[in-house]
Amino acid sequence: MYIEWIWGLAGGLLIGLGAAVYLLGNGRIMGASGILGGLVDGSDRTLERLSFFAGVVATPLVLRSLLSSAPMTHLTDNFAVIVIAGVLVGAGTRIANGCTSGHGVCGISRFSARGIIATLIYIGAGGATIALMRHVWGLI
Amino acid sequence: MRVLLSMLAGSLFGAGLLISGMTDTTKVQGWLDVFGNWDPTLAFVMGGAILPMLIAWRMTAHRRPLTGGQFPKMSPPELDRRLIIGSVMFGMGWGLSGLCPGPAIASITYGGLGGIVFLAAMITGMFAAPGLGAQLDRSANAA
Repeated sequence: MYIEWIWGLAGGLLIGLGAAVYLLGNGRIMGASGILGGLVDGSDRTLERLSFFAGVVATPLVLRSLLSSAPMTHLTDNFAVIVIAGVLVGAGTRIANGCTSGHGVCGISRFSARGIIATLIYIGAGGATIALMRHVWGLI
Repeated sequence: MRVLLSMLAGSLFGAGLLISGMTDTTKVQGWLDVFGNWDPTLAFVMGGAILPMLIAWRMTAHRRPLTGGQFPKMSPPELDRRLIIGSVMFGMGWGLSGLCPGPAIASITYGGLGGIVFLAAMITGMFAAPGLGAQLDRSANAA
């Protein structure tokens, strides 16, 4: 249990370090939904966005091959849930202009009111969804 | 230079997501499941990620980004319908699946078919977002 918290803290520091490099180096907010959404919308800086995601995909791939017990995603095998959840995450983060990395990590650390409120709302909505779907209706 | 810095930032982000356990949907859903077997790991991840960024935001004062330009301005503290409804939608999808955009991309090489379908659905949602957002604005003006 405690070892997982320490890994969480260590991984979190790496995430924050990445966000700091992106901010101090390129002057941009490191938000996964914003960087991907810019590709979807055909915004500028395409090469920067693509190279960012090349890094995001490459390091877990390499690290997993080095670890004795490679982490898994344990995603549900219910494809209806996967599709509905994916559409909600994609549309929701773009409408709200941020996700866990942009509003959460970058917004809270700046004491941004919008970032803090968005984070409280999506954690609340996520908690309510789990409570209803798992404990009330037993669907997931 | 900007492209290399992006790749460095993305590499750190991806490594952090894997090491922290945030590409494991059971840990994320465990954090949201306050009535079940609650898992506090995500709070440690968030705390760990905020620390370097607290310092980074302080360093932006009286400076410019390394590659030039300006640092992003803080948005005025307005609560609009887009922020609230968008975040509710995101939270619902996050709770259902245990995936948010960063981990969905980071785990694409080991998340199986489900992971690929999730990413495709997420991108579809992103395509639909401008239209949905405009509809929200119209209903706001009508109200």
